[in-house]
Amino acid sequence: MNLTARIRKRLSESFTLDVNLSVPVGITILFGASGAGKTTLLRCLAGLLRPEAGSVSIGSRMLFDSEQSLDLPVPRRNVGYVFQNLALFPHMTVEENVQFGLGNMDQAARHEHTQKILDSFRISHLVKRKPSEISGGERQRVALARSLVTNPCLLLLDEPLSALDYATQSRIIEDLRAWNAARSIPILYVTHTHREAFALGERLIVLEKGQILAEGTPQEVLTSPGYEPVAQLAGFENFFDATVTSIRADSGTMQCRIHNTDMDLEVPLARVAPGSKIRIAIRAGDIMVATEKPRGLSARNLIPGKIISLVQQGTLVIAEVDAGQKFEVHVTPHAREALQLRADSQIWLVIKTYSCHIVNS
Amino acid sequence: MNWPAILLSLKLASLVCAILLTLGMPIAYWVAFSRWRWKFLIESIVALPLVLPPTVLGFYILVAIGTRGPVGRIWEFLFGHGLAFTFGALVFASVIYSLPFAVQPMVSAFSLVDRQLIEASSVLGAFRLRTFFKVILPLSITGVITGVVLSFAHTLGEFGVVLMVGGNIPGVTRTVSIAIYDEVQAFDYAAANRTALALLLFAFVVLTIVYALNRRIWAVWPAKR
Repeated sequence: MNLTARIRKRLSESFTLDVNLSVPVGITILFGASGAGKTTLLRCLAGLLRPEAGSVSIGSRMLFDSEQSLDLPVPRRNVGYVFQNLALFPHMTVEENVQFGLGNMDQAARHEHTQKILDSFRISHLVKRKPSEISGGERQRVALARSLVTNPCLLLLDEPLSALDYATQSRIIEDLRAWNAARSIPILYVTHTHREAFALGERLIVLEKGQILAEGTPQEVLTSPGYEPVAQLAGFENFFDATVTSIRADSGTMQCRIHNTDMDLEVPLARVAPGSKIRIAIRAGDIMVATEKPRGLSARNLIPGKIISLVQQGTLVIAEVDAGQKFEVHVTPHAREALQLRADSQIWLVIKTYSCHIVNS
Repeated sequence: MNWPAILLSLKLASLVCAILLTLGMPIAYWVAFSRWRWKFLIESIVALPLVLPPTVLGFYILVAIGTRGPVGRIWEFLFGHGLAFTFGALVFASVIYSLPFAVQPMVSAFSLVDRQLIEASSVLGAFRLRTFFKVILPLSITGVITGVVLSFAHTLGEFGVVLMVGGNIPGVTRTVSIAIYDEVQAFDYAAANRTALALLLFAFVVLTIVYALNRRIWAVWPAKR
């Protein structure tokens, strides 16, 4: 059963959420910078905020319709909502938290439902503990179990896993996926980190300043960004203005001259004429580094340069490289050691044609 | 020892506490969560007894419950006798006089409950009543207890209002504080001391028990968390 929603909600003079979306069964990522309106959208869907105009329905069930003055009260909507801070009841045990949504069920059925969901999320051993006595990952599992025990027809997740490490995160998501395989409900997962956007969902909706900027599969949306805002959100670190110098229709490529340099890049063919100005986006992780000029490579773009600085962030080394234009390049700490990279090292940047994305800004 | 006056005071304070608990919680809930734009008017009316001299409050209550006052007339219609200078008048006046002492700690405790928890409860299918008893009340129980204790102590010690609306009828409206006043007027300092000491010890013991049972409320007013 799909979620269909049309929502217009004015929050301030300068910000209005105005979206029209359809969310199928499975995990859909709602992706955008902070302040893009993600949480506002979730709150409108759950009924915690009342849109000025629009409608919300799940399958044939109407939850909200401004034209018919229909506004189902929050407790009647049967929507699961995991808040960013989880909002576990601090005075209740894990078991009491999970049972909360089963208020009017008889004792035996209640116990059975609770037990089943606790098992699905691997938290049966925690039942007697309070939320303050369990780990962060366990708390996320409790919050998920509490939202799902009522068999909601829609699940809304507001950045619930952002604080967790990647391994814990993906284990929880796998459990969620397994649970949803049998239930088949739409799940809307909010995030502002592009790693989660890439890894977790079947579909992706990009929200920016209260509007939907792009939607589709993560690959569709993020790897061929039509708009520069999407590209920036999607983690493209390098942007260059360039002029198309020649077009090779037979090989599906074009040559471009980067402005203010004598550097040429081969990029995928786009529907532009020679001489037109384009903007090229390249992910820092898609650029390879070599200590001497490589030979016998399929990659078409080899650019000499000099490392300006190297900064390690977690398991990532961020290199700033001067090659006429400044490049940001990501390598692993291991690669830095093996190649003995340091500031002032002379290196070659290797960029595949298809790592260059054309952005219409 | 002036036992009739002590027992009368305890009876009055307990009854007022029970009424304020049932009356104060809905008022406090409304004050804490209402978004009505004129809410501040109700807030100042509830807080009024805090700043009014007891004689002013007592005077208006006396007028209201007199045979020609609105409350007095309804009472007479219902029960066939006047309200002024009865135990009922004491209860009525004490409830009004102690209302802010019960309501204000409850309001601040209710307001401190994380709104997200209330929303979570609502999303999980709980309507307001269930949310109140399962989430809001357990998380603000210290404020409710503080409110009850304060109104109990306040009722036990009130003097001006009781004298205005209840007079000084032994066994009916003569409370402990009035009995002490009488004893002092009669230069019976020994009797006054016995009664006063009993009241002092009682107040101390009650407060000690409450605070010891719930050590989070060391401050009389709920602290900001």
